[in-house]
Amino acid sequence: MAATKTRSQRNRRSPLASFGLHLTLLIASAVAVFPPLWLLVTSFKPKSEAFSTDIVKDPTLTNYRYVLNDTEFLTWLGNSLFVVAITTVLGVFIAATTGYAVSRFRFPGMRPLMWLLLVTQMFPMAILIVPLYNIMSTLGWLNQPISLIVTYLTVAVPFCAWMMKGFFDTIPVEIDESGRVDGLNPFGTFWRLIVPLARPGLAVTAFYTFITAWAEVAYASAFMTGEQNLTLAAGLQTFVNQYSSNWGAMTAAAVMIAVPAALVFSWAQRHLVAGLTAGATKS
Amino acid sequence: MTVDARQSADPAGGMDSTPGRAVKADTTRTRTPGRIRRALATHWYAWAMVAPVVIVIGVIIGYPLGRGIYLSLTNADEANVERNIGVNHIPATYDFVGLDNFTAILKDEVFWDRLGWTVTWTVSCVAVSFALGLGLAVLLNRQIKGRAIYRSLLILPWAVPAFVSVFAWRLLFNEKNGILNKILDGGGIDAVPWLNDPTLAKFSVIAVNIWLGVPFMLVALLGGLQSIPGELYEAAEMDGASPWQRFRHITLPGLRSVSSTVILLSTIWTFNMFPVIFLLTRGGPGDSTEILVTYAYRLSFVNSPRDFAGASAWGVMILLILLAFATVYRRSLRKQGEVW
Repeated sequence: MAATKTRSQRNRRSPLASFGLHLTLLIASAVAVFPPLWLLVTSFKPKSEAFSTDIVKDPTLTNYRYVLNDTEFLTWLGNSLFVVAITTVLGVFIAATTGYAVSRFRFPGMRPLMWLLLVTQMFPMAILIVPLYNIMSTLGWLNQPISLIVTYLTVAVPFCAWMMKGFFDTIPVEIDESGRVDGLNPFGTFWRLIVPLARPGLAVTAFYTFITAWAEVAYASAFMTGEQNLTLAAGLQTFVNQYSSNWGAMTAAAVMIAVPAALVFSWAQRHLVAGLTAGATKS
Repeated sequence: MTVDARQSADPAGGMDSTPGRAVKADTTRTRTPGRIRRALATHWYAWAMVAPVVIVIGVIIGYPLGRGIYLSLTNADEANVERNIGVNHIPATYDFVGLDNFTAILKDEVFWDRLGWTVTWTVSCVAVSFALGLGLAVLLNRQIKGRAIYRSLLILPWAVPAFVSVFAWRLLFNEKNGILNKILDGGGIDAVPWLNDPTLAKFSVIAVNIWLGVPFMLVALLGGLQSIPGELYEAAEMDGASPWQRFRHITLPGLRSVSSTVILLSTIWTFNMFPVIFLLTRGGPGDSTEILVTYAYRLSFVNSPRDFAGASAWGVMILLILLAFATVYRRSLRKQGEVW
């Protein structure tokens, strides 16, 4: 009785407070959405008006047509998809196994491992590029997608492993125990019982790995020299140098790069809140 | 058999297990004969599971890191490293110089300048995006119409690749034709050189980074808020606690563990936030927005001759600063009883 009363009290908000709440959220949303939206608007403008501030006068698809037909865009898209798909699958898998091991087992080397995962995020990657470039060229991996896949894994996996650890911590240990009682070894328990339960966490990890690999510029421009080997993010940079700052083409390409990311995002979004919190609370 | 041994070593949850682990390590150590074999038998599952990560990180970070630290102790630059000119192979001729690079950095005014700005940049970015993220999370955690829509819109900046958004911001900031200045012009205000005036450029890069950082904070804190039991608020309300008291004594403590992780990570990320500054201003105008990382990059890629040793030494300094920060931070958390 008392409980329902207080709840209804909390729900009853004065119209002024309600107005303020919505106004704040609306302004914040507008600020969040405006820059990408403006990019979208600009991409439909003819080249000569790229910087005009009018909403599109005569919308045109010229920019898109140019990017699709006269640049290597589709090749880059293929390269990107290949690199990103493999990075995401591998990244999610090894982040999950690591997270699980750290969450469930007490083993020598666990604390150093947690530190290692943190420290890898501290060393500035700008400095790593040169030595990494040398390794890749020694291995003959320059211009090969594998160089990017391996590099992106080191960038994304430490954070993902931390996040997965926190997520596994929220799954009751009794489930593991019941699996072992039924005769599964730890790998079996992990694969058959825990992984299905951890889907929200995996979705978040997948999204994070995806966006890391999809948007990375520096390594991709350093390791991939031939134009037909570039990824989308690195390819976009060539528009500014090469075609004397073709802003129109650049906006169109940027929109086309952002759209797949937004799609993956909207898929992962449902899990975002649940997954990240688990990671953040417990890690 | 091994299975049972391990099971006993995994108590419910992870956080309070430090004593347990210490005991475990001791028992293993006392049985010296076959210790390694025993450890292998007990822990091989765990080791097998972390092996891929350790190997990948070891090769890809370990070697370059070791090499970077070594280079930081030499005087390597473009002119004396190993290189190939045409078919001629020229061996490396740089020398080991000990800590010279580091003493030079510490005496260099540029370093302290850049460090000061990097700290300002990190603190203001993390503090403001944390505050905004927290405020929005609290608003979104209420019963309101269109909550799901607001949430999607507010975390949208996260979905757009960072270099695309930075590019969009450059369009907005453009001094002659950017929309920000057009709007100001409409209000009778002269064009503002957003990215071309040292002070304004600092302000602009911080603003863009906050714009990029709020969604992460928002999502993490929103999740944290949702894990605080609603009964706590109801009880507090019945005891007559004001909204501010409820926020101060229920919300903030409830968010402590989420916030501690989020702040630690975003401090590290922001301190090394290369793309935003590099793509937005290239460190300019002059070197006013140059943080430590972009300066190190400039030493090794932009300046001529390319100073590899100097850049590595800057990188090692960055690493040391962040390590010191993480250690202090963790220790202060531990005092409050939180361990990871």
